[in-house]
Amino acid sequence: MKPPFPFSAIVGQDEMKQAMILTAIDPGIGGVLVFGDRGTGKSTAVRALAGLLPPIRQVAGCPVNSESVEACPKWAEIGSRRIVARPTPVIDLPLGATEDRVTGALDIERALTRGEKAFEPGLLARANRGYLYIDEVNLLEDHIVDLLLDVAQSGENVVEREGLSIRHAARFVLVGSGNPEEGELRPQLLDRFGLSVEVTSPTDVAERVEVLRRRDAYETDHARFMKRWRSADTKLRNRITKAKDALPEVETPDQALADCAELCLAIGSDGLRGELTLLRAARALAAFDGDAAISRAHLRKVAPSALRHRLRRDPLDEAGSTNRVARAMGDLFGAFQTAAE
Amino acid sequence: MNPPATPWARATRALALFAIDPAGLGGIWVRARSGPVRDAFLALLEQLPETPVKVHPAMSDEALFGGLDINATLTAGRPVQSPGLLQGSVPLLLTMAERTSAARAARLAQSLDGGASAIALDEGEGSDEGLAGTLVERLGLFVELDGLRLADVAGAWDEGIGEARARLSSVIMDASELNALADTAARLGIRSLRAPLFARSAARAHAALAGRSEVAPEDLEIAVALAFGHKATRLPEPEEALVSPDPMPECARDDNPAGSDDPDHASSVPEEVLLQAVAAALPADVLKRLASGRTRSPHGGGSGQGAPRSGSARGRPLPARPGRPSGADRIDVLATLRAAAPWQGLRAARPGGALAIRKEDIRLRRNEERTDRCLIFTVDASGSAAVARLAEAKGAIEHLLVDAYASRDHVALVAFRGTGAEMLLPPTRSLVQTKRRLAALPGGGGTPLAAGLDMAGNAAVRARSKGMAPTIILLTDGRANIARDGSANREQAAADAETAARTVRALDVPSVLIDTSVRPRGDLAALSGTLNARYVPLPRADGADIAKTVTQSIDHAQQGAGH
Repeated sequence: MKPPFPFSAIVGQDEMKQAMILTAIDPGIGGVLVFGDRGTGKSTAVRALAGLLPPIRQVAGCPVNSESVEACPKWAEIGSRRIVARPTPVIDLPLGATEDRVTGALDIERALTRGEKAFEPGLLARANRGYLYIDEVNLLEDHIVDLLLDVAQSGENVVEREGLSIRHAARFVLVGSGNPEEGELRPQLLDRFGLSVEVTSPTDVAERVEVLRRRDAYETDHARFMKRWRSADTKLRNRITKAKDALPEVETPDQALADCAELCLAIGSDGLRGELTLLRAARALAAFDGDAAISRAHLRKVAPSALRHRLRRDPLDEAGSTNRVARAMGDLFGAFQTAAE
Repeated sequence: MNPPATPWARATRALALFAIDPAGLGGIWVRARSGPVRDAFLALLEQLPETPVKVHPAMSDEALFGGLDINATLTAGRPVQSPGLLQGSVPLLLTMAERTSAARAARLAQSLDGGASAIALDEGEGSDEGLAGTLVERLGLFVELDGLRLADVAGAWDEGIGEARARLSSVIMDASELNALADTAARLGIRSLRAPLFARSAARAHAALAGRSEVAPEDLEIAVALAFGHKATRLPEPEEALVSPDPMPECARDDNPAGSDDPDHASSVPEEVLLQAVAAALPADVLKRLASGRTRSPHGGGSGQGAPRSGSARGRPLPARPGRPSGADRIDVLATLRAAAPWQGLRAARPGGALAIRKEDIRLRRNEERTDRCLIFTVDASGSAAVARLAEAKGAIEHLLVDAYASRDHVALVAFRGTGAEMLLPPTRSLVQTKRRLAALPGGGGTPLAAGLDMAGNAAVRARSKGMAPTIILLTDGRANIARDGSANREQAAADAETAARTVRALDVPSVLIDTSVRPRGDLAALSGTLNARYVPLPRADGADIAKTVTQSIDHAQQGAGH
């Protein structure tokens, strides 16, 4: 399998790239939803992201990627107590996946061949501490969505079937992509995504040509192309690692808290998740930029992604949530600018 | 290497290009109903370097993507994985591709992104069947065999595929040619960037086939004809008005590994020529559709292609249940084995290591029969309605759409005005599209009520065949004055409307008639009687009230239909 297209080589789509970098820095932000036209590099970006994530340390052979031997579930028969480093898992959840493939089920192979009742972990187990990627997320069957919502909320996968009673940790960053023309996403699922991004095909011919050119080079002159971009990707990866370390040190001035709250009030987002996500995303961005404290500039840059899917939604409002967020920011921050800075 | 002159030659050329670079082109979308021409095309597949493997839409996921081979496992007494057809690099031949479910299409799409390739045989008729948009997007070339006669099948197969394959990696394509492809795509309204990439692969493969080491203008012409024709969403505007091919900005040029592009050189391929090449290859009906202002081909478009299929076609699977199989039930093999497995140690081992499965282990497959609703809005957009309350009717529909969104209903939109009815939107869950189409709906002309009812009835039948529960919501002010044949004959029109109403009634589709006239009169109430529809005079109230009234009526109508 070819190594994925380098993240740094993706032309444009800055908001999408920013959102993915932010969740890499702070997985607690809670995932990214990428909605937009076909052929805009949604899947490419997700696959590329895998190459940027810092490796995780886990018990060798643990089916749920546990950090320590104590954290391994009892049913997992781990062979060794060794801790190994491995790339952060990015697991695909294909649309046709059945419930038992997602949650895990009785290991039919062992049951048949050895007569043992053992648990065969599913995709949720493999995605623990990593990413779960759903392409065409808006076409996902409703019962799988229900199941995901439940697990995403509790961080735990509970399997009660075929006489099995299993639970294991399932904390993952949900990344979804889809094309809004094929159908809407259920509001409950929408809310589970920390950030949401709208992508469109570039309309600028020069930019389109550049995309073609890089893709062409990636396919026809693979080795040279990868080499060209390796250093840029390495730099980015180091910057993410550094930002991860710096994250706890980033200060949160009271002003930033007030700004978050006011902004969310102004646009009327439901619940408090908007504020929290906005703050976390701004903090991750500050860390990424190497700044010591969250500033308005950070908030301004992350607010559209953090809030646009949380507005009390009028599904028919075409003016777009993005504009509403921008307007609210202009009203608030534009006026406040002089007072605070 | 002559440019292909006939549709058949174009088809074989497409096949040859695909054979040269299957991974780069993703595949071919072949629209062909069964017949001798299609057989002739399929016969050619035998000559490909790798004969494609047939995949039927009903084939199980395990067979296609791999999984536990239950048969082999049981005989061997150890787990045997079957690799699945997709594991090899062999191209797939998707028969009856238009029946591919959205879920299957999405998985196939992932495989295609990962380097697999496929030839999709689309046997769909009419506009309500079509290849899933996710697949159309990833199949680089398009071939239309419908309308060809056996006599058209002539001309030899392109020779030299093996040599062309070997030459492919050394074919050079310069930056201005990529530019031209990007530009042409933009002018045809192709937004996805996959299409120009496929065109690029096609051009290179064609150059390799012709024995060239550099891409020539004729390669580009054929490439765009095969790769852009079916994806075009608008006809190019004749001239200027378009973004002229700017010289590349500095930063972009730095990244060009070949470093060979020269802005002055940019116009070596006149785009007009490329556009003409595409126009020549456009499927016949596309031009018509484009001309009539429908910018999205129903086959390529996203309008509800995916959503309805993923909905209720098979119902939500429920856990398997113990039981005794009668003729109608299906045994869930995996669940049965799971039930039997833990007992194998206790039950006396059968000779030969066979499993001991007892009656009580049998598990039956169950699906929850919960169908999605499909609301078919049938809107009278005639002159009289426009004068009366078309705007208010639109407002009421919008409110209903919000409800539909909340309960995840599908929505279809039929409008009738002038001399006929039009399906503005096939069933979809995308409210954005519905809203857009509704807002753009003009008013004026006569009231061909019969045509509107006919179309609504057809839509209901189709929705039902897809496993949805249709409801017809008819908004009209009721003065039918255009007969089915399009003539302005008031009496004939009324008679036709009556007949149409009876036909719809015979379908037993729950329906609601919303009277939008300013002063409700008796004739619409009578029509609703014929239709067996609930009659709701549109009250003078705000949109929300209207929506509430109608929602209640719909629920009533549906309950009524249940008995």
